[in-house]
Amino acid sequence: MLKNYFKIAIAVLKRRKFFTFISLFGISFTLTILMVATAFTDKMFSPDYPDYKRARSLYITRVQLENSKDGWINVSSASYHLLSKYISKLKTPEKVAIFTFSSPANTYINNKKLVIEYKYTNADYWDVAEYQFLEGKPYSKQQIEQAAHVAVITAATRKNYFGDVATAVGKYIEADNVSYRVVGVVKDLPRTLRNFYADLYLPYTVSKSDYKEVGLLGGYGAVLLARSEAEMPKMKAEYEQMIAKVPHGDKEFDLMYVNADTSLEAFSRNIFGNGANSGIWLMITIMSLVILLFLLLPTINLININITRIMERSSEIGVRKAFGASSRTLVYQFVVENIILTLLGGLIGVVLSIIVIYAFNQSNLVPNLSLSLNLTVLSFGLVICLLFGLLSGVYPAWRMSRLNVVTALKSQ
Amino acid sequence: MIRLQNIEKVYRTDTVETLAVNGISLDVAKGEFLSIMGPSGCGKSTLLNIMGLLDEPSKGIIRIDDQDVSKFSDQQLAKFRNKKLGFIFQSYHLINDLQVIDNVELPLLYRASSAKERKDLATEALEKVGLSNRLRHFPNQLSGGQRQRVAIARAIVGKPQIILADEPTGNLDSAMGNEIMEILINLNKNDGTTIIMVTHDENMAHKTHRLVRLFDGSQVV
Repeated sequence: MLKNYFKIAIAVLKRRKFFTFISLFGISFTLTILMVATAFTDKMFSPDYPDYKRARSLYITRVQLENSKDGWINVSSASYHLLSKYISKLKTPEKVAIFTFSSPANTYINNKKLVIEYKYTNADYWDVAEYQFLEGKPYSKQQIEQAAHVAVITAATRKNYFGDVATAVGKYIEADNVSYRVVGVVKDLPRTLRNFYADLYLPYTVSKSDYKEVGLLGGYGAVLLARSEAEMPKMKAEYEQMIAKVPHGDKEFDLMYVNADTSLEAFSRNIFGNGANSGIWLMITIMSLVILLFLLLPTINLININITRIMERSSEIGVRKAFGASSRTLVYQFVVENIILTLLGGLIGVVLSIIVIYAFNQSNLVPNLSLSLNLTVLSFGLVICLLFGLLSGVYPAWRMSRLNVVTALKSQ
Repeated sequence: MIRLQNIEKVYRTDTVETLAVNGISLDVAKGEFLSIMGPSGCGKSTLLNIMGLLDEPSKGIIRIDDQDVSKFSDQQLAKFRNKKLGFIFQSYHLINDLQVIDNVELPLLYRASSAKERKDLATEALEKVGLSNRLRHFPNQLSGGQRQRVAIARAIVGKPQIILADEPTGNLDSAMGNEIMEILINLNKNDGTTIIMVTHDENMAHKTHRLVRLFDGSQVV
């Protein structure tokens, strides 16, 4: 039966080549965009170099102070004081990484200006994030305590600053007129990883701004690492208990929100978050609506093409009904045929996606962001294809199956 | 085999009401070869469609093989048509995208059968109509007479008890028409298939057991 449906589906596709082209173009183009978007989202939200421990990490990236009476809010990153005095004293986390978000610094090599993004970190940072050291090692706790002028740089910085050298460890790199001795070189990482990206990593104790300043707002973020995934709820509970006791300090504000979020929540909080609400549902709703709208247009297009195509085959419908096909069987046949068409479009979509992703990776549009078509992305593509096939096939098939046999036969 | 009781078919539009079949009662015996004649628009094809359960009468009762089929659901009708009835149309109604053998197999797709069974039965049916050497051809590679023979093979492949033929020789020259008629007569004689045929051709009609004439939707003979 399926073989027969397949034969006729292919024959019909060959018959009206222009319609076939429009249908396949619509499906494959839509799918390509969705798959590339999925590959990008997957890269953003799945554990990836060097942030492999997302499943047992909580991220603190934002402090919101609010004056509920007048409606003022003040949003910023956290201060080192808040993170070190309160948060790093928690018992459940195995490690607490504290770091600043990267900022640009100017440096000059042979009278040529080079902008380097730098970041201050504590020692735990190197245990929470799993950087791959191409040479050397991270700075130690002791070096941090001594405020040693040492640095870890990325492979790209090594190349840009020192040229094609075999090793950079032991050499000096200058940023904002301060010289640092390179102790380690790590593999490059994409800029999309806001918490981890930098060209130059420095001990927080060499920071020019006063990290000892008492206050809640500052330029720091933190990652709490649980010993296991199972300990995540316990860690979150301890965190919440502790943060509720932190004094606001500022009389101007009566409410304080500092959340320890999962990776996804932390992402949505920075875009849609407000107060206690991480905005994750708003983000998911917006993303779903965008996907739905994006799918709706080619689906409607495909429904129209399908109606025309199916009605052209009314004589065949009449014959099939006359020889024993029920309306339900015919709906099934046309839906299967449509799924064959969409899967074919899907296949082209996958090939196009591979080409687009290859071109994207080659173009270095987002440096060090290497997209790939993994199982998640492919499964998403397959689900979208089947959904597409069903949505655009069921209605035309249902309309066609209602055709009166005699009318269908007469229309040849 | 088939009993029609006071069958009426009315076509309604907003302004006009047309009585296509007007109170026809007819019995067709098992193994009978019946022809229906009449001028164009007299309702003969409508009557044939009603007998073949392709169209519903506005009034009246149809019994086929002692079953009242008037209240059958879409599923039941489909199953009944598949098992008991075979159709031959004036314009063949073959599916041009499918090869001859796939066209003939079509009724078997809607009942439990293996691919091999379907292939064997379709080949056997095509042998019966003398087209066993055209299995892999497409309909548009065949002559009119050959296409009608494929249509006959499709009608008989499921071994139905009744064949309904709507002007099966209407699009063919007289030699081809006679060939087709021969096949139908043999089917009726050898396999005992009941055949009801609508025709314009007096000569063809006289070769059948009984002739029913219609005029303006009513039976005149």
